[in-house]
Amino acid sequence: MAVYPSILDLIGNTPLVDVSVLSPNPQAQILVKLEGQNPGGSVKDRPALAMIEDAEKQGLLLPGATLIEPSSGNTGIGLAMVCRVKGYHLKVVLPSNVSVERRQLLELWGAEIIESPGAEGSNGAVRLARRIAAEHPEWVFLYQYGNPANPRAHYEGTGPEIFRDCPEITHLVAGLGTSGTLLGVGTYLKEHKPDVQIWAVEPPSGEMVDGLRNFDDGYIPPIFLDGGGEHLLDRKTVVGPRDSILWTRHLADVGIFAGLSTGAAMAGAVKCASAIDSGVIVFVSADGGWKYLSTNAWTGDLDDVVERAKSLIYF
Amino acid sequence: MSVEVRIPTVLRSASAGQAVVSVDGSTIGEVLGMLQDAYPGVRGQLLTDEGRLHRFVNVYVNDDDVRYLDKLDTKVNDGDVVSILPAVAGG
Repeated sequence: MAVYPSILDLIGNTPLVDVSVLSPNPQAQILVKLEGQNPGGSVKDRPALAMIEDAEKQGLLLPGATLIEPSSGNTGIGLAMVCRVKGYHLKVVLPSNVSVERRQLLELWGAEIIESPGAEGSNGAVRLARRIAAEHPEWVFLYQYGNPANPRAHYEGTGPEIFRDCPEITHLVAGLGTSGTLLGVGTYLKEHKPDVQIWAVEPPSGEMVDGLRNFDDGYIPPIFLDGGGEHLLDRKTVVGPRDSILWTRHLADVGIFAGLSTGAAMAGAVKCASAIDSGVIVFVSADGGWKYLSTNAWTGDLDDVVERAKSLIYF
Repeated sequence: MSVEVRIPTVLRSASAGQAVVSVDGSTIGEVLGMLQDAYPGVRGQLLTDEGRLHRFVNVYVNDDDVRYLDKLDTKVNDGDVVSILPAVAGG
């Protein structure tokens, strides 16, 4: 066993696990990439470290600098861990309706939380962070939704790892949040295996986030537009809280303890498996289940849990 | 063809508060056109002047985003569920 100089050296190289026993189609294999194995607990450790190292290389981050970032949780947590190790200060603009564990993790790594209205969801956090960043040009605004280092972390890390571990891949399924994972992994895979199909899964947030006044409050990450996201994706499917929670529970039956967005991605993988004759589907589990224990997602009454999840941001 | 259209919160003032309405049409373009005719307040919010989907509007047929199917030409069948949702980020 090697000795690692820093916890940050443990980011990436996550395992791929076969969960085909849950596949509705015996000819469709389903594998899950467990990003919850990253030291900060989610896939967002990758873009967090990549964006910070990129800013350091560009000379934008000087010792003791202060950063500000909007996040529904995981990017903030990843950044908070990296900032703690590297000695930066971090302010995270966080919607008020995220699970309590996200707040606790941010606090334990010393990040300052600035609340944005929960009813406006992630879009509201982005808006508020942009306003604050404009008022404080002395703070560094990495802006995960517009920072090319975000998809690049997946193009250089997550994508090659998946192709190395599973060259037989025919379909990739991943959640759509910033679009960093889908863009980076999808672009890499299509360059190396053009027939691979890229499926995006998203929550029906617009339905649950009722603080949006009109469609002009909608938001598409600039990296998705700049990275040709609409041409890259072959399919985009929405998965509601009930299916997300049901599949989060089914995954626990095979020992996979993962977050609610993993259940959504699994539901997408299952839909994909049902739609094809045969293939090898790889889906990305963004995080482990730890941050969702307070939601009783596994043991609570299903209807109660679903109702509560409707007002919770888990992407 | 009669389909069920789920109306997002941001459009409910135009649909007299209804969350679900029934609309006829054989493609998504026809369904959205009929929706605009039935609820004039919706006009201009879903489609651009050029008749394309507004960029922050996502339309789904049975949970699949029509932008990755045949866009406005996507066929619908009797009993399909069409959902309209604003584009939202995560992360």
